[in-house]
Amino acid sequence: MQQIFNFVIRNKTFLLFLLLFGIALSLTIQSHSYHRSKFINSANSLSGGVYGTVNSIGQYLDLKDQNIILVEENKKLREELLNTSKTNQNTSLDSNIVDKKFKIITAEIYKNSYNSPNNYLTINRGKRDSIQQDFGVITSKGIVGIIDNTSNKFSTVLSILSKKSRINAKLKSSNQSGSLKWNGASPYIAQLEDVSKFAKVSVGDTIVTGGQSAIFPKGIGIGRIEEFTTDASGDTYTIQVRLFNDMTTLQHVYIIKNNDAEELEILEALNDE
Amino acid sequence: MNNSLASNIIRFIVLLLAQVTICNNINLLGYINPYIYIIFILLFPVKNNRLLFLVLVFNLGLIVDMFMDSGGIHAGASVFLAFARPVFLKYAFGTMYDHQNLKFGNSDIGALIMYVSGCVIFHHLILFYLEIFNISQIILLLKKALFSSIFTVALSLLLILLFKPRK
Repeated sequence: MQQIFNFVIRNKTFLLFLLLFGIALSLTIQSHSYHRSKFINSANSLSGGVYGTVNSIGQYLDLKDQNIILVEENKKLREELLNTSKTNQNTSLDSNIVDKKFKIITAEIYKNSYNSPNNYLTINRGKRDSIQQDFGVITSKGIVGIIDNTSNKFSTVLSILSKKSRINAKLKSSNQSGSLKWNGASPYIAQLEDVSKFAKVSVGDTIVTGGQSAIFPKGIGIGRIEEFTTDASGDTYTIQVRLFNDMTTLQHVYIIKNNDAEELEILEALNDE
Repeated sequence: MNNSLASNIIRFIVLLLAQVTICNNINLLGYINPYIYIIFILLFPVKNNRLLFLVLVFNLGLIVDMFMDSGGIHAGASVFLAFARPVFLKYAFGTMYDHQNLKFGNSDIGALIMYVSGCVIFHHLILFYLEIFNISQIILLLKKALFSSIFTVALSLLLILLFKPRK
């Protein structure tokens, strides 16, 4: 017993080092392996507050660009509005009767990162704005990511620029689906994998979300095909997708709440049993 | 003693804030960022309580990790550097370190450059290994570590020499 105590006291620095490094290593492994339940994340009042202060100073610098983005979006929406009102002049829907399937919440990005293998964004909406895990995050141009951790006032978003991210996507022209991943090379290019070799693929085609999960509605823009190759086995295509969003300059985003998500989840859980 | 305590506390907070608000957003060529918070580890007094030093450095790294959503990579790399620091001190400063009268403020500039570069490269190799966590991407790892190291060494030396205490 005496010898054990002596050993501990003699090597206390080394043992403390092992303990601390062990904790750090397990946090790292945990952040690499699981999509969920991270202990250390930036959705808390300290980091949120600091990022908020910095953001309130920095946001003036790109007001001009943000204005252009808003005008572009307004133009697109107005065109859609004018064109639809012509075709359904006689139908009138009472918005109180028709259930809204999706609800949209606006948010501002406090922290953006795009240079590590797993990137996260921090936004200024949280539990008190009824944000929960697995809500989709988009901009007017295309998808951004999925809500990961939430605190009262802030949330972190798992960016599509992450090796952990898998998003159901399809070719807009032929409805062939695949899964969108990221290989960590460039923040402007993502990869669409597992597209059947029978699909008609051509450079410049649009890729949109597939709508097979409850996270994103069908048909939200992702990007344009830059180039494509058949994979080693020759059964599927791997497509390089140039993203519509410039992930390096995001500022304002929309969060999509799917009101049917809970019901779908319960149904899927029943199927698993 | 009190002076040293105060300056270390201020250094801890200022470096942390500078790291998370400025240095993480530089993204030179898309991915090169300096990690200047390790100046705290480099300049921590040599005559110290090593247990306290390890705990402080672990917390510093963990807070950086919290801001960056990076798991525990900064905490791990920082603790490793803090533990291995005596080796670098001995290698760079030699007898001055052996006699326990080392002051970073009035040390030889060549030795200081050696010390800072050694520590930074060591720290960055561990950091990017933990971040990428895949030995098959060793080229990417070395590329990131090399470019970030150059940036960090240059910025750290500049800051250390700029804020050197007057004799």
